[in-house]
Amino acid sequence: MPWTKTYGNKTEFEKAGGAAAGLRGLTYKEALHEATAQMLEADKDVFVMGEGVDDAGGVFGSTKGLHLRFGRERVMDTPLAENALTGIAIGAALTGMRPIFVHMRVDFVPLTMDQLINHAAKWHYMFGGAVSVPMTIRSIIGRGWGSAGQHSQSLQSLFTHAPGVKVVMPANPYDAKGLLRSAVYDGNPVIFIEHRWLYDHVGHVPEKPYTVPIGKGIIRRQGSDVTIIALSLMVFEAMQAAEALAAEGIDAEVIDLRALKPLDTPLILESVRKTGRLVVADTGWQTCGIGAEIIANITEEAFGALKAAPVRINLPECPTPASPALEKLYYPGKDEIIAAARKTLKARHDATQFSPRIARQGHRGIEKRGDRP
Amino acid sequence: MTTIDRFEIKRLQVIDESGNADPSVLPSLPDSMYKKFFETIVLARAFNSRALSLQREGRIGTYPSILGQEASQIGSALAFDAADWFVSSFRESGVFVAMGYPMPLLLRYWMGDERGMQCPEGLHIYPMAVPVSSQIPHATGIGMAMTYRGDKKAVAAYFGDGASSRGDFHEGLNIAGVFKAPVVFLCQNNQWAISVPRSRQTAANTIAQRAYSYGMEGIQVDGNDVVAVYKAASEAAARAKAGGGPTLIECHTYRLDDHTTSDDASRYRDKNEVADWQKREPLIRLRLFMEKKGLWTQTYEDGVTNKALEQVDKAVAEAEALAPPLTADIIRYTNKELSPRQLKELKEHGG
Repeated sequence: MPWTKTYGNKTEFEKAGGAAAGLRGLTYKEALHEATAQMLEADKDVFVMGEGVDDAGGVFGSTKGLHLRFGRERVMDTPLAENALTGIAIGAALTGMRPIFVHMRVDFVPLTMDQLINHAAKWHYMFGGAVSVPMTIRSIIGRGWGSAGQHSQSLQSLFTHAPGVKVVMPANPYDAKGLLRSAVYDGNPVIFIEHRWLYDHVGHVPEKPYTVPIGKGIIRRQGSDVTIIALSLMVFEAMQAAEALAAEGIDAEVIDLRALKPLDTPLILESVRKTGRLVVADTGWQTCGIGAEIIANITEEAFGALKAAPVRINLPECPTPASPALEKLYYPGKDEIIAAARKTLKARHDATQFSPRIARQGHRGIEKRGDRP
Repeated sequence: MTTIDRFEIKRLQVIDESGNADPSVLPSLPDSMYKKFFETIVLARAFNSRALSLQREGRIGTYPSILGQEASQIGSALAFDAADWFVSSFRESGVFVAMGYPMPLLLRYWMGDERGMQCPEGLHIYPMAVPVSSQIPHATGIGMAMTYRGDKKAVAAYFGDGASSRGDFHEGLNIAGVFKAPVVFLCQNNQWAISVPRSRQTAANTIAQRAYSYGMEGIQVDGNDVVAVYKAASEAAARAKAGGGPTLIECHTYRLDDHTTSDDASRYRDKNEVADWQKREPLIRLRLFMEKKGLWTQTYEDGVTNKALEQVDKAVAEAEALAPPLTADIIRYTNKELSPRQLKELKEHGG
């Protein structure tokens, strides 16, 4: 049913009978917009800040026109000063406000690490529970258009490391709306990471406000042979991979992680105990990524359940190339997930073969394509 | 070429080192206010002195002395209402004492106890910021929220000369200027950022003049003159509350003690410089001024001192009587609600 699926655009949603089934097709950016507008409407403590939130584009449509409806003192364009603005959001949150601070790119969030990790993440703790910082940091992963090394990073693991913050990565319009509301009303700082390539994806989004719990993953497709854990854009890729795998008789279970922190370990363990095989598809780099954390959790808690070595799908360990030719090689997708799933189902001795990291990522590795020595 | 803007920096002193007041700037204050200054400085000094002894006895952790800076801290703090907001650095015991923050809690903080920063209802004194200058943007954010809510309150933001070199200072003041945030930025220029002298912080003559580049008022005050500090801060707080935007006040003062109990300032400071500033410490001139007004006698001071010592004694006893935190508190306050992993670890810690 269209209810559980995400479509690349509105036409596909219509073709699948979305509207006919009484479902409400909204794009990811419309879902973010609607969630924000509804909170601004109902709650005077909510406000949006960030560079360009009131410009004509409105952060790729996600805040478009909100300043006209709610005023510039609630939808605030700001000078470019990411770290201080994070501090300002902290200050406002201390007074009971619920700031939504928007970064057009997640690449700008490292500029705020002092306020984020040294302050926001610790205040509840350092002040004996007397102070809390209910703040939402929205940021977007870019991709394509020569975004290159400084405008298309996928930095979720940096934020996931420190106690005190939560990290969510909605993969579809429904979750984009529900998780944004949960983030704003959470008592903790929440890092909310979107993907630019999801912005035009369409899915069912109820009009009435709702929340999606932070820290609960969800099974997008039930299966028994291999568990594919994915997040953000990789969920879309994983769903397509699962369909292709089904055609060759492999029954894949797809988990949409939704939050990196808190991590839904019970859901992961239950699935892997059932399938015994695991592929983790992340949008970021491999070293100390969420895949490492998930696999370590499984090794600690369900070592005996593994029938094959888990496989991680990540970016090669290099910055995003500006060259479109190289960029094409850079991003893994459904093909890599399919290959990885197949690999876990091959004879066990395969898993004992070790090779350099990029080569291990399967047939998409740059070295394997012969582009580099 | 035409001049399109110019600025001048004023320095305010009301009471000189001999205790003489300049009538042209002397505010009309009731006698009780001078007594309040005196008594609060004595109390803060008693607290400070006891904290230093407690540290030497191993009963509290590293402590940063406020000796010499009491006028800057107390004169400014008393210019605000209890309902206003305070954002401080780590060397602001005087502000906490002046605003009536419970002394046992303050001691618990320095003993190393998170509960020491559980600010009581009705006060808005926010966590001491140990990382330098990071509290400045918080003050701007609080101020912007006050404006948005139509809440006529001001924010007192404390930091030192060292903080004025950091990006947070620039970004925080710049944005406060843009949004006319009701914040009074109180730079405690005590001449030394640990071992870095004021001359190495900036090539500018004053820190106050930075205000002009952010479109706000700026003034330097004699930071050892409690009346001057009070007057400048009162005017700035009133302007902030009336929607006139932020002010930068540079309190020109001196840190008479080491940076903290872990420092030895004699390794980098000239003895004569310290001795010179010792003569200008804030209580001397206040005492002389009050004596001329008939408000000070030795008997009065002895009474005030004894009362302060008693209050500090009581606070120390109360702070030390508090049971240590529960083992489970190691995790409890990390998030508003705990994750499965944290709950598991909490259980392991007996929570």
